[in-house]
Amino acid sequence: MLISPQDRILVQGITGREAAEMTGEALAYGSRIVAGVTPGKGGQEVHGVPVYDTVREAAAEHAPDVSVISVPASGVLDAAREAFAHGIRLCLIMSERVPRLDTARLLAEARESGCTVIGPNTLGLIRPGVAKLGTIGGRVDNVRKSFLPGNVAILSRSGGMTTEIASFLTSRGIGQSIAIGVGGDPVIGSNFTDLVRLLEDDGSTRSVVLYGEPGGTAEEELADHLLSRPSRLRINAFLAGRFVDDMEGVRFGHAAVMVEGGRGSVASKAARLREAGVFVAAGFEEILEGLA
Amino acid sequence: MRLFEHQARTLLGGFGLPFNRCLTASTPAEAAAAAASFGGPVVLKAQVPFGGRGKANAVRMASTPDEASREAADLLAMTLKNFPVARVSVEPKIAIVREVYLGCTWDLRARCPVALFNAAGGVEVESAASRVVRRHFDPRRPPGLFEGREMAAEGGLRGKDLVAVGAALSALGRAFLELDALTLEINPLVLDSGGAWLGVDAHAEIDDDAAGRLPARLPALGEIPRGSGGRRPTPLEIEAERIDSADHRGVAGRVVEFDGSLALLIGGGGASLTVFDAVLRHGGRPANYCEIGGNPTEEKVAALTRLLLSKPGVRRLAVIMNVVNNTRADVMARGVVRGILEAGQKPSGVLSVFRIPGSWEDEAAAHLAAHGVRALGRDTSLDAAAALAVQLHRENEPC
Repeated sequence: MLISPQDRILVQGITGREAAEMTGEALAYGSRIVAGVTPGKGGQEVHGVPVYDTVREAAAEHAPDVSVISVPASGVLDAAREAFAHGIRLCLIMSERVPRLDTARLLAEARESGCTVIGPNTLGLIRPGVAKLGTIGGRVDNVRKSFLPGNVAILSRSGGMTTEIASFLTSRGIGQSIAIGVGGDPVIGSNFTDLVRLLEDDGSTRSVVLYGEPGGTAEEELADHLLSRPSRLRINAFLAGRFVDDMEGVRFGHAAVMVEGGRGSVASKAARLREAGVFVAAGFEEILEGLA
Repeated sequence: MRLFEHQARTLLGGFGLPFNRCLTASTPAEAAAAAASFGGPVVLKAQVPFGGRGKANAVRMASTPDEASREAADLLAMTLKNFPVARVSVEPKIAIVREVYLGCTWDLRARCPVALFNAAGGVEVESAASRVVRRHFDPRRPPGLFEGREMAAEGGLRGKDLVAVGAALSALGRAFLELDALTLEINPLVLDSGGAWLGVDAHAEIDDDAAGRLPARLPALGEIPRGSGGRRPTPLEIEAERIDSADHRGVAGRVVEFDGSLALLIGGGGASLTVFDAVLRHGGRPANYCEIGGNPTEEKVAALTRLLLSKPGVRRLAVIMNVVNNTRADVMARGVVRGILEAGQKPSGVLSVFRIPGSWEDEAAAHLAAHGVRALGRDTSLDAAAALAVQLHRENEPC
């Protein structure tokens, strides 16, 4: 499911403050980061990882499969194209505030080159006990405290809530097969529907906890998908931001969180998901329902 | 950001889209002069960054410059959705033969732009969905002239109308990509009695995340409307925005004032929504929504804390975040304590709840303990932390 222990990981923008810190923690957790790229800084090292000027050079030496992109928003489209041009099959884009047009352009190119994209605006993903990509979980001691291997997949529009949910499940002895912050933007590479499709074939996943928010169409699209293709997975959803329903046009939290023209409200998303057989938790602690 | 109509018209005009002549006025005298320069009946519209002006009686007709002056005075005295009208547009009234709707927006499901055309006009675009011609286009390549013509033909246009409207649809698609737009509309585009197609209203919403690379033509448009949803930001919200933009590290700009007295510093993006819902569900009365996250600096946290405490009537602050990843709990703790001290108050008196488990949680707890505050850990859920904040706030309020 998305990453395996054998995957060779590249970090684009590795010399940046956040990326360098992320590299150290991910290495400590066991992620196999083989190279980094920052144009103009080739020859340096970050936590012992060699830095190259171009993905081409890094690919020639290390043949990475996966890239974590953490570059300024204005450079994301270019960095993603560079990854696609050199055989990367999974790109996780951490950068925030990427113009929507750039995201759409890079997704069009990702489809053409057969690359899966997670993000932008994601803290990353983790397979507990295997590897993690991105800053998810933060410091390695916190990662170990928050995540536990098991059978529940977490899919979340919020990076912070990904760890919050994992930590809550872990405290009740419920482990996770994978936890993915899908990204807080309205246009992202892999949405709930894409990932639930992948999880159908993942033997280690029995149920899914979804974290959803107002705005966008991700929850509605998943509901439509589940109505046409019933899932073998138990799916529990928690939807935050009910108060936003009454504040049309005002943006809260993530870029995607806004109710417009009566569309995208939590109330309507909850109703659609329930119709599709998803359990929708009224309060946060109810996400445990039926998981233990 | 949503632009004013007159700004949208100017921008789209730069892409060859035809619009009716139009002037703007910020005084009745200017409106009269504009009407006189057109020499006939005119239409006046309040310039506000949201729709629904027709229903709000913010679109007026005037036959003479005197009438234009009176109508402008009336419009300029209006406040719509809390937004005082500072400017009106004045344009010649057109003899309309036919109206159509043109639009471009994002199809979030398809993850690409979509061009829209409704030959029956746009008043009820949504409900007349069956008559809307929709066409997705590649975000890397604007729709060609032929694609615009195909849409016009599908909508039932023929002859030179097909050619003119097709060209307008293609130009709108090009503008959409070049302007980093989220939504563009010409509603309506009208056919006048002389056989010309002219836009008489426009709507443009531009991607805030692309503001840095917008063409240099934008500043010439004058002041860009602030706030969202037609809600004008309060001084406290504007100050929060300033604190956020003064330091690029960490996100803290989205402050929305509410009328309660419990100050909230909550985050990140998702947990802020979760906590705010929980505070309301437990009967709390928040003074504000204030999101924080993305590893802010101590200075930024301190400045925000001071700001939230400066609101009259606020005596309690609850700081609640999810199990943090890249944000450091200890930096948050130091910033909050510093902000409270700088506001001349005692952390143990003001800070009712501090719940930030995760990275650097032990260092955070130690710093708070030194100031007489006990940090809550991950065994207190977001919901329980919110309930506690509400309870402590209630006990503290004067009867």
